[in-house]
Amino acid sequence: MMEDVAQRIPPFEAFYAEHRDVVFGVLRRTLGVDRADDAFQETFLRALRAYGRLDHAEHLRAWVLTIARNVALDVHRRTRPTAEMPEIPHVDGLPAFVELAELTDALPAKERAAVVLRYGYDLDYERIAAALGSSPDAARQATSSGVRRLRRETRR
Amino acid sequence: MKTPTDLDRRFRDAAARSGLLDAAYDTVESPIGDLLVAVTDRGLLSISFDPDPAALLDRIADTTGRGVLRSPRAIDAARGELDEYFDHRRRSFDLTVDLRGTTDFTERVLAELARVPYGQTATYGELAARAGRPRAARAVGMVMNRNPIPIVLPCHRIVGASGDLVGYAGGLGRKVELLRLEGVTM
Repeated sequence: MMEDVAQRIPPFEAFYAEHRDVVFGVLRRTLGVDRADDAFQETFLRALRAYGRLDHAEHLRAWVLTIARNVALDVHRRTRPTAEMPEIPHVDGLPAFVELAELTDALPAKERAAVVLRYGYDLDYERIAAALGSSPDAARQATSSGVRRLRRETRR
Repeated sequence: MKTPTDLDRRFRDAAARSGLLDAAYDTVESPIGDLLVAVTDRGLLSISFDPDPAALLDRIADTTGRGVLRSPRAIDAARGELDEYFDHRRRSFDLTVDLRGTTDFTERVLAELARVPYGQTATYGELAARAGRPRAARAVGMVMNRNPIPIVLPCHRIVGASGDLVGYAGGLGRKVELLRLEGVTM
């Protein structure tokens, strides 16, 4: 029996062990020493919450960095309500859909994350909600208002 | 950037407390070698003599789901009872077991196995009879060989009709050591 090993989603332990250092580094640079630890924990708890519903093992690093970006945004929003979106560096060799992230850079944070997760990762709203820590309805709304905003932007 | 050890541990604790894990595991040191112990919210899932988690992790994930993480805190109760057992302070285990994925026959045999008292042995045939299948000694041997929770489900207490030890998934040496620990004379 042939099994597509490359597509197999690893146990969470393997996923965590592979990506924790990158996520920690990004959060340290983005949030500083004091706030990185809680954000690290929150990032991987959100990932764990959504993990069982992933359909494939592609782009897991980009996926967890998207979650980390969102956690960082939440932290920023709580501590400095008017702060600009923190700049989380992109890793090299990201797949084509990251170009989508470039396109969506101007969107508000929540909409941007929702659009990227929906159209870049092909996640359903339930999983997007899990990754963002919101409800499926809120995820759907964020996605569609993001798309509407993009349409207006690109028409200009 | 390397994740600090204490942050790593805190996440593993938090994950165990979150109720989001399908299973958690860690290593327990013992006089018969390191044991890899896995638990779920239903109870003790497996004990393995192979200290390399990679193969075991895939097997656990196939049984319970992919949310499997090493978490020392999650197995504290199991670690405590095993430590007591190896320290001659415990003769029976209070841990609940998670036998999902096993057949009815296997479950019946393992339930009977759990009743074989500390420091005593039974034969494969006797165990088969107690499980309601007196002629299924061979099948009982297979169940012992695949016992997911050795030590706690004491397959080391099951021996051949002539009194020879026959076999043990963890190696005969471990079977001998466990029986000696329980004071069985061979």
